[in-house]
Amino acid sequence: MMHARHIEIAVGAFVAAGMAALFLLAMQVSNLSVVGGDEGYQVSARFDNISGLKVRAPVTVAGVRVGRVTAVEFDPNTYQALVTMRIHPRYNQLPLDTSASIFTSGLIGEQYVSLEPGGDMEYLTEGSELILTQSALVLEQLIGQFLFSMGSGDKE
Amino acid sequence: MILDWLQSLGQRALSFFQRLGRGHITLYYLLISIPSVLMRPRLLLQQVYSVGVLTLLIILVSGLFVGMVLGLQGYNTLARFGAEQALGTAVALTLVREMAPVVTALLFAGRAGSALTAEIGLMKATEQLSGMEMMAVDPNKRVLAPRFLAGVIAMPLLAAIFAAVGVMGGYFVGVGLLGVDEGAFWSQMQANVDLRDDVFNGIIKSMVFGVVAVWIAIYEGQDATPTSEGVSRATTRTVVHTSLAVLGLNFILTALMFGE
Repeated sequence: MMHARHIEIAVGAFVAAGMAALFLLAMQVSNLSVVGGDEGYQVSARFDNISGLKVRAPVTVAGVRVGRVTAVEFDPNTYQALVTMRIHPRYNQLPLDTSASIFTSGLIGEQYVSLEPGGDMEYLTEGSELILTQSALVLEQLIGQFLFSMGSGDKE
Repeated sequence: MILDWLQSLGQRALSFFQRLGRGHITLYYLLISIPSVLMRPRLLLQQVYSVGVLTLLIILVSGLFVGMVLGLQGYNTLARFGAEQALGTAVALTLVREMAPVVTALLFAGRAGSALTAEIGLMKATEQLSGMEMMAVDPNKRVLAPRFLAGVIAMPLLAAIFAAVGVMGGYFVGVGLLGVDEGAFWSQMQANVDLRDDVFNGIIKSMVFGVVAVWIAIYEGQDATPTSEGVSRATTRTVVHTSLAVLGLNFILTALMFGE
């Protein structure tokens, strides 16, 4: 009888340790605790060029993370990129004329969307579209423009 | 001459398909016996102990060391690009996606799978299994299915423990010994590891490996030639076949899950 009890305790401890490990992976290692996955409202924005923006990239206001990019699609009618973002319900007081820009964190860091609040009295809700957008800076284009202006400067 | 060669080729092909067929029959009987195992949880408990709890120590130790090595190697490479703050991400993703399911399955095959095969093979060699059948006790329900279910339950738990201990090992080396910033270590990890895409997919992988490992172990034990040599060969085959199956399946699962 004692033996059976010993085995039961050992199995119980094993299962508890497994659950604790899963819990640790969920809470401490993965993004569960950062921004909720499915809650919040979705807004969209059209960009001329998104460069390397990826799904799950952060969406920030004043550098604070408020949501994430949920989808990146190409719109064949306007030839623009349609970016869908999900914003945490806590941040539901962003003005309707908020503008969106794509920046890079650091020189070789990942791309993220930065929201710049406007002055509208209405707030963004589920399905709103951000009208004012600024495309990503593409380093190659920038260097190209720089070289071009250098070249034209020499001539004059 | 050519006919002999053809005959041996055909013989091999036929025996291969026979083994494949017997393996699937075994799996079928195991699966239909699972409900009767759930009616008698005490049998299951006993097997979770011998398959899971007794494997725990080797999982803990190897998880810790694998995590520590990942921390060291990752740091050396990342520091070259000045990106040592991404160490947490690198360690966690490597562990959760690949290392934990695969290494756990390999250790599981060596520790629990071989023991299962030897046990069942000896039961067959000493005619305990036929003895049970004589007494109208279905060995599938009494002996094999509890072991199968125990393995399928134990594998994901073991893999989760492996990953958690490994992250701790990486944390210990990266933050404790090499001086990576603690906040950056955890926050970058949390920002880049997704619960569903990474953690759950890793757990699903380990479940698949668990099914494969116990299935092969039980099949080889049941199919062993009932001599001491036959049992020892079956045990070897279990470890070799499980390792190959796990590594091959891992590539397929990775391509399906993370290939985008």
